[in-house]
Amino acid sequence: MTLYVDKREALEKRFLVPDTEMPAGKPRSLMRDAMRRLRANKAAVGAIIVLSLIIILAVLGPYFIPYDYETPDWGAFRAPPDFASGHYFGTDQNGRDLLARVLYGTRVSLTVAIIATSVSVTVGVLYGSVAGFVGGRTDQAMMRFVDVMYALPYLLFVILLMVMFGRNVFLLFAAIGLLEWLTMARIVRGQTLSLKEREFVEAARASGVSTLPIILRHIVPNLVGPVVIYATLTIPEIVITESFLSYLGFGVQEPLTSLGTLISEGASVIQVMPWLLFFPGAVLVSLLLSFAFIGDGLRDAFDPKDR
Amino acid sequence: MLGYASRRLLTTLPVILIAITAAFFILRLAPGGPFDQERALPPEVLANLRSYYHLDDPLIVQYFRYLVRLAHFDLGPSFVTKDFTVAQQITIGLPYTMTLGTCAFVLAVVLGITAGILGALYQNHAGDYLIAAVAMTGLVVPNFLTAPILQLVFGVNLAWLPVGGWGDGSIRFLIMPVTVLSLSHIARISRLMRGSMIETMNANFIKTAKAKGIGRRRTVLRHALRPALTPVVSYLGPAAGYLLTGSIVVESIFGIPGVGRYFVGAALNRDYGMVLGTVVFYMSIILVLNLLVDLAYAWLDPKVRTR
Repeated sequence: MTLYVDKREALEKRFLVPDTEMPAGKPRSLMRDAMRRLRANKAAVGAIIVLSLIIILAVLGPYFIPYDYETPDWGAFRAPPDFASGHYFGTDQNGRDLLARVLYGTRVSLTVAIIATSVSVTVGVLYGSVAGFVGGRTDQAMMRFVDVMYALPYLLFVILLMVMFGRNVFLLFAAIGLLEWLTMARIVRGQTLSLKEREFVEAARASGVSTLPIILRHIVPNLVGPVVIYATLTIPEIVITESFLSYLGFGVQEPLTSLGTLISEGASVIQVMPWLLFFPGAVLVSLLLSFAFIGDGLRDAFDPKDR
Repeated sequence: MLGYASRRLLTTLPVILIAITAAFFILRLAPGGPFDQERALPPEVLANLRSYYHLDDPLIVQYFRYLVRLAHFDLGPSFVTKDFTVAQQITIGLPYTMTLGTCAFVLAVVLGITAGILGALYQNHAGDYLIAAVAMTGLVVPNFLTAPILQLVFGVNLAWLPVGGWGDGSIRFLIMPVTVLSLSHIARISRLMRGSMIETMNANFIKTAKAKGIGRRRTVLRHALRPALTPVVSYLGPAAGYLLTGSIVVESIFGIPGVGRYFVGAALNRDYGMVLGTVVFYMSIILVLNLLVDLAYAWLDPKVRTR
């Protein structure tokens, strides 16, 4: 008898968390868990701070500086960075304030990146979850299509799309988003395959919910982790694509500007006006670096391997 | 192996066809055309031009005519550069692009693999961190930013190397473009190689080799290298594609008269015949390289063949 009790106590001690040790407040969800680990990652936190700083400056900055991105300052052509005149980053050949142009260019670069990324995430998630959830022949056919798309060289098609949509940058990047969803679709399909066997999907099915609402309400919300990681890794890729197109002269047209356009203008006069390359280049590199660190941090935070 | 090779070949052909079809229709449906000029041409002249290039035929007729031409390895006429056909222009540019691409490919593979192995063997030593930091920079800083900086430092300030051009094709003219083109691939290959080398060195058969008293050099080169190479080899196909498209930028920056420069010029002039021809040419090369890499992969990893 006593032996029994001892054994039961031992088991309970081992496997049941005593009430006193239960964390107060909300239970730990997947999201909370991941965020806690992200906060512990110093590089990622630093990158988030740098990134938010750049975004806040790009959005609000233009309202606080006395110059705008297209009006020349007739008293300061080709002026190097100078605190006295208020041209903190200097001016270009046309006397336009570089700080204003960099802020505006960052805004354009980020906007097109966000447009393209949201298109690619939407398409990728819907495509992948439908393929994974429906399964069978449909899945086979849909994934074969993805394989074929994978084989097409991405940049060449971007340039083709540029020829087609050249006059409207925002439309062009929505179209680029339509080329970028393939990896997302593959990841989402894999996740969906395992999610659809879970009890809550069965419960939804048993209570008569049809396929599309199940996908949208029960599968998609569970894909937050991979989707967030994927989006953080896609945004910098699109920023580079945009800069690349602008560099070749295909991207944003004057007087509108973007980081790529600024870099390309700066590169041609690097000998006489190095600041025109230095500032937009520094902003671009810090943007890309912070996205890279945040992406790495998120991946570690969501990775179930070392939980 | 032969069965795998023929299966793989059979899947490549339809992909090439789909790629050609997509490129053809995107370009033909794009608004505007090569004959749009500042001053509109008289309608009679325009009609004559269009009928000369068979642009007034139904689209589907044009499409099949193009396919028949391609089957005879005829890439068609250029709409803007009237003295040269598309194939002639590509032939003129090809030696430059090939030299550049091959050198960059060899450099990326040799340096990337060496750096990766060293990083794995001296894991978490100062050298490993140094390689990782350089690799991160190479990945994040885009080539259109590194190129002008290198040009300024080594071309202008130190005057060690020519700023651009091809000159007599000697190695001095090649150093900078090849470095810029291969930098990000050196980084990516070294990261891949480091990861897979670490994994392989922890595998049981390596422990056995060590236990038998085989020397470190022999263990690494004879036992670990081949299995560790597989992820790198699967990256080489896409890498060759990236090198080809990357050379578009590098050729433009360094003023090298390769295929990429013709391509950019044609896209800017809306010379659809030339753009389509170059895209078809690039895509065929990329898809064939992918095929070769997959075959090499199957040769390295028997698991792939039997799938």
